[in-house]
Amino acid sequence: MMKLEAIIQPSRFESVKDALLEIGIEGMTVTEVRGHGRQKGHTEVYRGREYTVDLLPKIKLEIVLADSLVDRAVETILKTAKTGKIGDGKIFLSRVDDAIRIRNEDRGENAL
Amino acid sequence: MKRLGVLCCCLLFVSLLPAARLHAQQASTASQEIPKAVTEKLNQLDQKVAQAQSSADNAWMLVSAALVLMMTGPGLALFYGGLVRHKNVLAIMMQSFALMALITVLWALVGYSLCFGGNGPVIGNFAHALLRGVGADPNPDYAGTIPQMTFMVYQLMFAIITPALITGATAERMKFSGTLLFMTLWFLLVYAPMAHMVWGKGGLLNASLGGHFPTLDFAGGTVVHITSGVSALVCALYMGKRVGYPKQPMPPHNLVLSFIGACLLWVGWFGFNAGSALASNSLASSAFVATHFAAATAAAGWSLAEWIKNGRASALGAISGAVAGLVAITPAAGFVGPMPALVIGFIAGIFCFWMVTRFKAMFGYDDALDAFGVHGAGGTIGALLTGVFARAIYNPIYGAENGVNRPTGGLDGHWIQVGYQLVGIAFAWVFALVGTIVILKVVDLVTGLRVTQEQEVEGLDITQHGEEAYNLEA
Repeated sequence: MMKLEAIIQPSRFESVKDALLEIGIEGMTVTEVRGHGRQKGHTEVYRGREYTVDLLPKIKLEIVLADSLVDRAVETILKTAKTGKIGDGKIFLSRVDDAIRIRNEDRGENAL
Repeated sequence: MKRLGVLCCCLLFVSLLPAARLHAQQASTASQEIPKAVTEKLNQLDQKVAQAQSSADNAWMLVSAALVLMMTGPGLALFYGGLVRHKNVLAIMMQSFALMALITVLWALVGYSLCFGGNGPVIGNFAHALLRGVGADPNPDYAGTIPQMTFMVYQLMFAIITPALITGATAERMKFSGTLLFMTLWFLLVYAPMAHMVWGKGGLLNASLGGHFPTLDFAGGTVVHITSGVSALVCALYMGKRVGYPKQPMPPHNLVLSFIGACLLWVGWFGFNAGSALASNSLASSAFVATHFAAATAAAGWSLAEWIKNGRASALGAISGAVAGLVAITPAAGFVGPMPALVIGFIAGIFCFWMVTRFKAMFGYDDALDAFGVHGAGGTIGALLTGVFARAIYNPIYGAENGVNRPTGGLDGHWIQVGYQLVGIAFAWVFALVGTIVILKVVDLVTGLRVTQEQEVEGLDITQHGEEAYNLEA
């Protein structure tokens, strides 16, 4: 079992979600986040005062996957979330020890 | 309207004459007098004409009064509310709203009388205290065709919005209690005398009712905008900067609110300026048009300046420009034609852009929402340009001589008017400056002016009013 965290451009979110659904990934947790990597943000001007906005809005997806699905999921996200410009985001993978479904206490991959 | 009334009477008289002559011949009396019945009828008709005029004027003036109130709430409250950070939005709106209540009470008790009672040079008297003698009959000194009650409530709306403008400079850091005390004193000691001097009978700066320095101020360039704008600057300097200014970013929290507010201000300003004709006449029409035109070119002027300087024209710039143009045309609206209005607006848009972007940065004062940069600066340039562009064909305020209107402003060849305007401007500046410093000292001693640093960081909504504007979890 792996946990996949992807931080992506808000504008690509709908396409990513649809593409993941298509390859059979049905559960995900989505958060609106702010942050920056190498992308430097932009400046806004209000009545002559300039503000540098360096924390930009992003979408964070969290999905826990059976090992067999991980490669396809990563591939799908890479394909759909990429615009080719700086600020497209990152994917992080980490191992998950266990999962428990609260409703019936299923464990491991059965709980996904 | 008056001309129409006279015309009606003449026509009626002419149409009645043959009948009267016939009657006289039939009776074959020697009397040359018009029969009593006819004079009576004519008098009745005269009264009817006057009543009709009064009804028309009164309808427009009541609508205007409502429009001017709408400028404060929700107009100004939204305009300012959107410009502050989200933790201070209720506080700034509440200040405007509280003034709607506070100034109304003060106005009823003594305010109206101090502004429009008596004929002293500096301030009114207590003749109309508790609104004594203010009823259905007109006050012929000011508005001869509408009930004095209407005139009184119309002027009240100006007294409400003027102090509310100052809250733009003290935003995000002034105590609510201090605000109320400051505004009470400011209304009594700065607004009331200024309003009387410029608009009151016998006032030092009055142009048509016996002032020494006839200052042209149709709807409040000096009384409303210079006094509030200059006082705003004094407040900003006296109170100091907000915590974190200018290092910490403090962008407007919701420009949509400001946008709606600015649009309401634009519409409300028709009541403010066109209503200042105090009648539903051709002067109201010309003031209406001048008002609208100036707002348009000022929005364009500010946007253009911004486009050249920053490479983009912003929504905040366009609405700020429109307000600056409306401020600048306020003293001029009832004296200038449509083309000068376009010019005045354009100049004001560019000038106020420079004031809030460059001038403020040069001196580093924290006029949080640019009450001085827009109202002080726009009011001053507007009052000055009124002296240049005023023409008697729009408003023969100095009367006529041998059937010819006396000249009013520079375009009429009466350049001395520019000098009078400068006197009026200087008076308003000095009066607001000195008055506000004294009042700030007093308020500082009694209630204090600023919230504590902790309260300021937490926000005025919670610390001053115990509530939040946006309860997203609710």
